[in-house]
Amino acid sequence: MLEITNLHASIEDDGTEILKGINLSVAAGEVHAIMGPNGSGKSTLASVLAGRGGYDITQGSVSFQGEDLLDMDPDVRAREGLFLAFQYPVELPGVNMATFLRHAVNSIREHRGQDELSAVDFLKLMKEKAAFVNLDPSLRSRAVNEGFSGGEKKRNEIFQLAMLEPKLAVLDETDSGLDIDALRVVSDGVNQLRAADRSFVVITHYQRLLEYIVPDHVHVLMGGRIVKSGGAELAHKLEEHGYDWIKDEAVVA
Amino acid sequence: MSATGTEYLNEVAASDYEWGFVTDVESDTVPKGLSEDVIRLISSKKSEPRWLLDWRLKAYAHFEKILAERGFPTWAHLDYPEVDFQNISYYSAPNSKPKYESLDEVDPKLLETFERLGIPVTEQKMLAGVAVDIVMDSVSVATTFKDELAKKGVIFCSFGEAVEKHPDLVRKYMGSVVPHTDNLYAALNSAVFTDGSFAYIPKGVRCPMELSTYFRINAAGTGQFERTLIIAEEDAYVSYLEGCTAPRRDENQLHAAVVEIVAHKGAEVKYSTVQNWYPGDAQGKGGVFNFVTKRGICEGDDSKISWTQLETGSAVTWKYPSVILKGDRSVGEFYSVAFTKGKQQADTGTKMIHLGQDTSSTIISKGISAGNSQNSYRGLVKINPKASGARNFSQCDSMLLGDRCGAHTFPYLEIGHPTAKVEHEATTSKVGEDQIFYCQQRGISEVDAIKLIVNGFCKEILSKLPMEFAVEAQKLLAIELEGSVG
Ligand SMILES: Nc1ncnc2c1ncn2[C@@H]1O[C@H](COP(=O)(O)OP(=O)(O)OP(=O)(O)O)[C@@H](O)[C@H]1O
Ligand SMILES: [Mg+2]
Repeated sequence: MLEITNLHASIEDDGTEILKGINLSVAAGEVHAIMGPNGSGKSTLASVLAGRGGYDITQGSVSFQGEDLLDMDPDVRAREGLFLAFQYPVELPGVNMATFLRHAVNSIREHRGQDELSAVDFLKLMKEKAAFVNLDPSLRSRAVNEGFSGGEKKRNEIFQLAMLEPKLAVLDETDSGLDIDALRVVSDGVNQLRAADRSFVVITHYQRLLEYIVPDHVHVLMGGRIVKSGGAELAHKLEEHGYDWIKDEAVVA
Repeated sequence: MSATGTEYLNEVAASDYEWGFVTDVESDTVPKGLSEDVIRLISSKKSEPRWLLDWRLKAYAHFEKILAERGFPTWAHLDYPEVDFQNISYYSAPNSKPKYESLDEVDPKLLETFERLGIPVTEQKMLAGVAVDIVMDSVSVATTFKDELAKKGVIFCSFGEAVEKHPDLVRKYMGSVVPHTDNLYAALNSAVFTDGSFAYIPKGVRCPMELSTYFRINAAGTGQFERTLIIAEEDAYVSYLEGCTAPRRDENQLHAAVVEIVAHKGAEVKYSTVQNWYPGDAQGKGGVFNFVTKRGICEGDDSKISWTQLETGSAVTWKYPSVILKGDRSVGEFYSVAFTKGKQQADTGTKMIHLGQDTSSTIISKGISAGNSQNSYRGLVKINPKASGARNFSQCDSMLLGDRCGAHTFPYLEIGHPTAKVEHEATTSKVGEDQIFYCQQRGISEVDAIKLIVNGFCKEILSKLPMEFAVEAQKLLAIELEGSVG
């Protein structure tokens, strides 16, 4: 599904290198968790995968479903099935949720050679998927993220994930800002979306999320590199001991 | 922004004007030049009464005086060559026939023109229930739904007809809101205006349909100088729409209009404009100079005047639809979207003059600039020393598409009474890279993302337009944005 090889990325403006040789392989149907201290490069990795501007890829490659991901425009990546749930979802003042999502759904459908959804079918789909993540119906008629609470924005990301049915979803700290009930609803949603042909990369600081969404693999990202990988138990160990022991280990090695 | 985004914005900036065709109808055009004789000629061509000719000549004398003493107004954030008033023809009528009793008599070519402009003049479209007055070059060519309006006592006709049939009303109100001494272009208009629209809504009548005027400059080398006068008697209501286009021409064409609105006690007038005069080409060649004076007076207590405008055309726009809040508790509103691209320049805004007690005004202005254009908001809120309890809320938002354009805000406040409550908010934003990226991440192309974001930005204003007009306005904005992208 996703194959990242020796990926180096730096900030376009000043050349500071943030990602310093990432290797990661995600097979279809797998859930990978990425943990790591603040500022270690997790969101940068997500941004680079989704194709945000402002970064230079200085080395390495990324293949997505066998194709060169880095060669695609961001909208093409999305249509090919890459979804990013933003750590900080963006507000689009005055842009109605339904208008926005209809554009999104239809451009993805067009890319897949499917017909546009009729207005009626689209609204039906919206209603169904909103129920799926318990999105307050009033939010559906508002402008995208405008004036949404922090938690509502996060829930809205998962709602969009459900609407767009991607192949690979990257969730950047979707759990932060969610209350306990919302966390359960969102995790249930993600679990129901788990499928043999759909993979997840879940970025989080908290073991708690991984109790709901049990990962196949856990990676620790530090200083722009993946310094440790393991199974779900690694997350427990991080929860108990923090990151220092890995730093020490890394130094020893 | 990515290469495609920049490319798109360049295309937006350079996109074509779809209304630039010329209609091949015979016209009666007086030779170029401005003088007392030309004014006498216009007046006689229109078989005007003596008092009107005198009124024109007085205005002309004033025009000459201020042109000599003060020259052109220079305070606006605009840069354009001085208009050569001698190089303009001041009268052009699309046919020797002065007016039409019904649409059947109108030259089919003219109807075709308006068809192409998407204007509802055909019977089928008239079922949509909008009364239309059409002014081509200088003369009103058709007014629809007259009889139906007459049943309610509503007068809706060309200005020329009003002079003939309702001279008392015209004499009483013409120049009462915008005197000929107001500014250079108002003086010019008062001297040479050739036609326009007139609407009178009697006491207690809610006008049963939207009234609308479409202005079109067709003939070459002409200016357009129309006057509109709207009078709403006590407790009357009317919604008035104005649209305009012009053919593509290499020379600049001058449009200097005057609009006056009088709202008596408890009356409400809603005036909406979609201004789409030819903006000139991408190099800044040609285009209409749109120098317009629009003002309404809330004469009576509890009256209300509301201006809503979508400005997308003209090479240079200089326009400040204003409200004088004279009646107690009267209300003035100004809602504006101004979109500039290419080398267009717009300096537009409003004046809210608070005179009565407990008056209130609202100003919401959205400026969008693309290409090398300059887009300025200029607004005055003036609270008279005797106007207690006045309130104003102003919000001016600017959005930049690209980095070669400019957005400017010039708010002026004159507060003469301590109880005044005035709020002003202003924002300037670039269409955010992060907003575009967010849309793209959902599969939406960069071009569609920009359209979505701009439309979202203007929505609050466009939704204030009457339904039918709002659809037209949205289409126009989409075409303007879309440009030659394909
Ligand atoms: N566009 C940018 N300009 C400047 N610095 C940047 C930019 N993008 C990332 N950085 C820097 O790169 C480093 C990694 O940031 P990133 O957001 O990827 O961290 P993170 O692991 O997601 O942290 P957190 O857990 O706090 O979300 C930080 O030091 C950040 O300031
Ligand atoms: Mg982060």
